[in-house]
Amino acid sequence: MKLTRRYEFSASHRLDTPALSQEANRELYGKCNNPHGHGHNYVLDVTVAGSPGESGQIASRAELDAVVSERVLARYDHRNLNLDVPELCGIVPTTENLAVAIEKALSANWPLPAKLAGVRIQETDRNIFELESKG
Amino acid sequence: MLLTRRAEFSASHVCAHPGWSEERNRAVYGANANPNGHGHNYILEVTLQGEPDPVTGMVFDLRELKDILNEEVVDPMDHRHLNREVPPFDKIVPTTENVAIEIWLRLAPRISRGGVKLANVRLYETNDLYVDYGGE
Repeated sequence: MKLTRRYEFSASHRLDTPALSQEANRELYGKCNNPHGHGHNYVLDVTVAGSPGESGQIASRAELDAVVSERVLARYDHRNLNLDVPELCGIVPTTENLAVAIEKALSANWPLPAKLAGVRIQETDRNIFELESKG
Repeated sequence: MLLTRRAEFSASHVCAHPGWSEERNRAVYGANANPNGHGHNYILEVTLQGEPDPVTGMVFDLRELKDILNEEVVDPMDHRHLNREVPPFDKIVPTTENVAIEIWLRLAPRISRGGVKLANVRLYETNDLYVDYGGE
């Protein structure tokens, strides 16, 4: 059985890789390459798996919220992803890379009895990325 | 092929384990343990797996599925207090997990037939919390 909890954070970013020329970056990333960056209201779904025990809950909502808040929201919300989030420095903050970074931040020494099953991130309503967690 | 049908019901509940102290219930369930209860607009997504019938082109008759959802879930649960009016929640804490399991138990025998099986029950308690139950 799985339980999914939804969170939101707002952050700015710019997509630009030093591996390519200015023109190639412009061509590849389009408006996402604008030099001063731009922002999104990201929607993050965190899914855990397990069995509801005596409490009837796979995971304590308060404990799950605390983990996601401490490891992700407090560090990502109202930040510049290129500059303010250490694990993303030097990495193009595409939503794919964001999903990888967030899954890693959550799965390292995962503290809850329920297993981390995966993360899903919406950059906008039209772009959605999912990553299964290996725990 | 997967087929998903959505239904909604609004109900009140209290999440508190009868064998636990008020303090422990408060610690585990937070505001969900408030003794006079509170409510949600639950959204239920029921997913069936099967192949379209070669004659009808349908995995399952949607009208029949709607009737089953109404009879097993919406009619007994909508605008009810789950703990007081909907067994087994007089004995089992109506967490989202336990409500999803109960819905599965009610639906599976009426849906699974021939090549069709109930594949998943997804129950949203709020926009930011849902559970998936696939029978285990």
